[in-house]
Amino acid sequence: MGSDALLFYIFAGAAVLGALLVVTQKNPVYSVLALIASFFGLSGLYVLLEAPFVAVVQIIIYAGAIMVLFLFTVMLLNVPREDAAEWDRAHPLYRPMAVRIGGALAILLALELGWALSRTAGLGGGVADEHPAVSSVAELGRVLFTDYMFAFEVTSILIIVAMVGAVVLAKKREE
Amino acid sequence: MSIGHYLVLSGVLFSIGAAGVFLRKNLITLLLSVEIMLNAVNLAFVAFGRQFGTVDGQIITFFVMTVAAAEAAVGLALVIGLFRHRESLNPEAFTSLKW
Repeated sequence: MGSDALLFYIFAGAAVLGALLVVTQKNPVYSVLALIASFFGLSGLYVLLEAPFVAVVQIIIYAGAIMVLFLFTVMLLNVPREDAAEWDRAHPLYRPMAVRIGGALAILLALELGWALSRTAGLGGGVADEHPAVSSVAELGRVLFTDYMFAFEVTSILIIVAMVGAVVLAKKREE
Repeated sequence: MSIGHYLVLSGVLFSIGAAGVFLRKNLITLLLSVEIMLNAVNLAFVAFGRQFGTVDGQIITFFVMTVAAAEAAVGLALVIGLFRHRESLNPEAFTSLKW
């Protein structure tokens, strides 16, 4: 097993473990922190895929900005515990219908995934075998501002709408 | 590592996120699970971009990140508004629109 494979399994394990902790933790603050750990694992995977700029953006934007936003909201609302309602105290995994349907869907998904992977040719080789990597930021910027110009501009409108919408939604009504 | 490894990892992460959306009863954890799913998709995009030697996978990842940022901002504003309204983060508390 090469060092690449070892690093892959370390980062993948960190990402999956972090994601599992996000879903299982009761306290939202711990969930957010576990998600940050998961993002660091994913960032290492992006480095392995020779996409260093995506890895850095993952840390700066996701772990740095979006997760801080989440953390601020959790602390602002100050509800650390999950407040299950009276009629819904049972853990979801103890509800028989949910377990049956969810388990059936999960098995179906795993079977289909295994079937698709076993039937697809060209999965055996390494991910870096056929083509050289395009990891230069200059090339990334060139394509972003030529081929994806329209999508880029639309994204700016999306950001403005989201910003104004967030301010309007979170503002206190004065009547 | 072959692309199959990355796709399986992406599928596992997406499934964890989907399970979180269905199982948890906390609006903030629901939004976090959506972020996990978006990141699983990002990983698949970057892996395919590497496999085919193009830059498009990385660029689409940036767009997904932008959408995730916008979604987090609006979603958290909604959560704050809902919490002000009902003093609860449990989605079961917001059933006024349910028939």
